[in-house]
Amino acid sequence: MENVTEKEVIEASAPQASAEDTEVPLDKNVRLMSPTRMVVRRFFRSKLSIVGLIMVVGLFLFSFAGPLIYTEWGEIELDESGKTEYSVSETSYTVDGKEYTVRQTTEKSLKDNFLAPPSSEHILGTDNEGYDIFVRLMYGGRISLIVSFIAVFLITILGVIMGGIAGFFGGAVDNIIMRLCDILICLPGIPILLIISTILDASEIDAKYRIYLLMIYLTFISWPGTARLVRGQILSLREQEYMVAAEAMGYSVSRKIFKHLVPNVMPQLIVSMSLSLGSMILYEATLSYLNLGVKAPYAAWGTMINIISTNQDILQNHLNVWVPAGVCIVIAVLGFNFIGDGLRDALDPKARR
Amino acid sequence: MADEKIVNTVEDYDPEAILEVRNLRKCFPIKKTFTGKVTQELVAVDDVSFKLKAGETLGIVGESGCGKTTLGRAILKLHQPTSGRIIFEGKDITDYKSAEMREIRKKMQIIFQDPYSSLPPRSTVGGILSEPVSVHHIVPKSEEKAYVLDLMAKCGLRDYYYERYPHEFSGGQRQRICIARALSVNPKLVICDEPVSALDVSIQAQIINLLKQLQEDMNLTYVFISHDLSVVKFISDKIGVMYLGSMVEFGTKEEIFANPLHPYTQALFSAIPQPDPDVKMNRIILKGDIPSPANPPKGCRFHTRCPHATDICKEKTPEYKDYGDGHCAACHLLENK
Repeated sequence: MENVTEKEVIEASAPQASAEDTEVPLDKNVRLMSPTRMVVRRFFRSKLSIVGLIMVVGLFLFSFAGPLIYTEWGEIELDESGKTEYSVSETSYTVDGKEYTVRQTTEKSLKDNFLAPPSSEHILGTDNEGYDIFVRLMYGGRISLIVSFIAVFLITILGVIMGGIAGFFGGAVDNIIMRLCDILICLPGIPILLIISTILDASEIDAKYRIYLLMIYLTFISWPGTARLVRGQILSLREQEYMVAAEAMGYSVSRKIFKHLVPNVMPQLIVSMSLSLGSMILYEATLSYLNLGVKAPYAAWGTMINIISTNQDILQNHLNVWVPAGVCIVIAVLGFNFIGDGLRDALDPKARR
Repeated sequence: MADEKIVNTVEDYDPEAILEVRNLRKCFPIKKTFTGKVTQELVAVDDVSFKLKAGETLGIVGESGCGKTTLGRAILKLHQPTSGRIIFEGKDITDYKSAEMREIRKKMQIIFQDPYSSLPPRSTVGGILSEPVSVHHIVPKSEEKAYVLDLMAKCGLRDYYYERYPHEFSGGQRQRICIARALSVNPKLVICDEPVSALDVSIQAQIINLLKQLQEDMNLTYVFISHDLSVVKFISDKIGVMYLGSMVEFGTKEEIFANPLHPYTQALFSAIPQPDPDVKMNRIILKGDIPSPANPPKGCRFHTRCPHATDICKEKTPEYKDYGDGHCAACHLLENK
C-alpha cells in the first residue's frame, strides 16, 4: 500500500493543553482509502481472483458479444448441406409415335454435415442434428448466465428481506421465518423438480421459458441459505454500539435495517452471491442434462452434453460434440468460485494489509 | 421515596427540573419457562429516583455491574423500564411509543463508552454527522454541510476529516466524533456513559474539558456516568452513588465529598488517590466481592460488606431518605442518629 500511510496520531502528553496544540494533524494531502477501494486493491493482489475474473469476463464476452460477431450460423440453424439431395431429371422421347418419359432420380450426398469434424466452416464441427457447436456454445452460455444471474438476484433479495426481518425483530418473527427455512431446506430438490417438469410438459409451456420457471422454483428452495447468513450477521451487528446509537438518534426501523445493517452484511453477501452463481450454473446444466430444463432445439450446455445419451459413438469418437460444453461449465463454475474466494479474502478485515 | 406511590400524571412535576426519575426499576429476565413466564430475573436498576435541573451535571458513580449504564440507557428508553416514571421537560415519556420517542430523541442524546464500536465503520465522518441532521431536519438541506463543519470545529475536529472514515482516527478523535454526533441534533440532555474510561489519561482531560466547554456554549445538561471519582468530582454538580442497582446516596458534590453519609460512599471516597505523598490515606477496605445482582442479599444490599452492619440491616431494606438539603441516603445507621 504505497500511498497509504498508517496514521499514528501522537496524542497529547500535557493534559492541560488544548487539542489544537497537541494532536498532530493528519497531512491534508494524504488521501486515505475508503474501505471499498482497499477491498478492490486487495482483490487484485490475488492472482487467482484475477484468473477468475478473466474467465468470467471472457465467458460473458463469448456468450453475449460472440453471436453478434460470428454470424455464420444461428442457434437453431441447421447446416443442411450435408443432407441427401435428390434431383429428378425427365427425358422424353418418341418411339413409334408413342411418347415415353423417363424419370431419372439421382441421389447424391454433397457433404456429411452432421457430426462434422471441426473445419473452417464449423469451428467446432456440428452435432448429430447438424447444428453448429461453436455457435450453440455461445447461446448456451447466454441461457446459463442469464438464468443463474436472475436466480441469484432473486435469492439474494428474498434472503436479505427475510433474514433481515428475522434478525432485526427476533422473537416469534424470527422463529417463524427460521422454521420455514428449515422446512424448505428439508425438501428434496431433484424429485420435486421432476414433478414440476412433468407438469410443465403437460401444460405445453414454450420450451424457451420453462427453464425460467424452474429457476424460480430453485430460488424458492435456495433462499433459506442466504436468509440464515443475513440473519446471523444482523443478530451480531444489531448488538453493536453504533446500532444503539442509531436507536438513540431515533432513526426509523427501515433506515436502521437498510442503511445501517445491510451495508455491513454486504461483504458476506457479495461472497455468497458469487459462490452461488457457480452453483446455479451447475444446477442449470444438471437440469438441462436431465432434459428437464432447456429442451431441444434450443441450446444449453447441459443439453449439448446430453447428446451423448443418444449415441454411444458420439461419446467415443466425436469429442468435439460434448467436451467443449463441459469445459464451458467448468470454466464458469471455477471462475465464479475463484472470484468468490478472492472477494472473501479481500473483504476479511483481519487480513488488512 | 420508596413509600411514595408511583405518579402517573405529571401535574406535580418540578418546573425547574429538566429530568426527573421516579422509582425507576429495570429487570432483565434470566430464566423463562416454556410458556415465556419469567421465573428468575436480574434487577439491574432498583427504585432509583432523582431530579436534575437544566444546565447541571449529575455524576453517577459505582462499581462495575452496579447498573449505571442500564440506568443511563433506561432514561433514554433504550431499555424500556420495568416500572417507575421518567419525566423529561414536564412530559412523562415512560410509555411513549417509538414514534413518539423519535421527537424526544432530538432533545436527549448519549455518548458511549467505547468510541471504537459506537461509530458505523462504513460511513465517513461527514456521513455520520449529517445523517441525524437530515433525518431530524435540524437545518435546511443546503446549509447542512456548513452546519456539520461548524459542529466539527466546535468539537475540535478539522474540516478535512469530513471525508475520512472512523477507522482512520485514534480513540480520542473518535470520541470527539461521537460527541459531535450526539450534539448534532441540538440536544438539551446528554447521557455520557463513561465517555472517557476507554481513553488514556491525557486524552481524558481533553475530552472532559471539551465537554465542559460545550456545556457552557450550548447550555447542556449532563448525566455523567463514570467509575472514576476524580473525573466525576471535576465535572459534576450533583453526585449519585449506586450500589447493586440502587442509589445509596445522592447530593450535591460539595455535600457528598465533605460529608459522605453512607458507609459505601465513605469506603469509595477513601480510595481516591491523594496526589500528596505526605497525606496518609485512611482507606476503608471492604471485604468480599460485590454480590450477584441476580441473587441480591436480603435487607440492605450492602450489609454483606458493610463494616457497621447490624442485625436490622440483614432483615429490612433501608429507606431512601432526605437527610437535609437534598442530601439523600439509604442506610439504617443514619436513622438511629
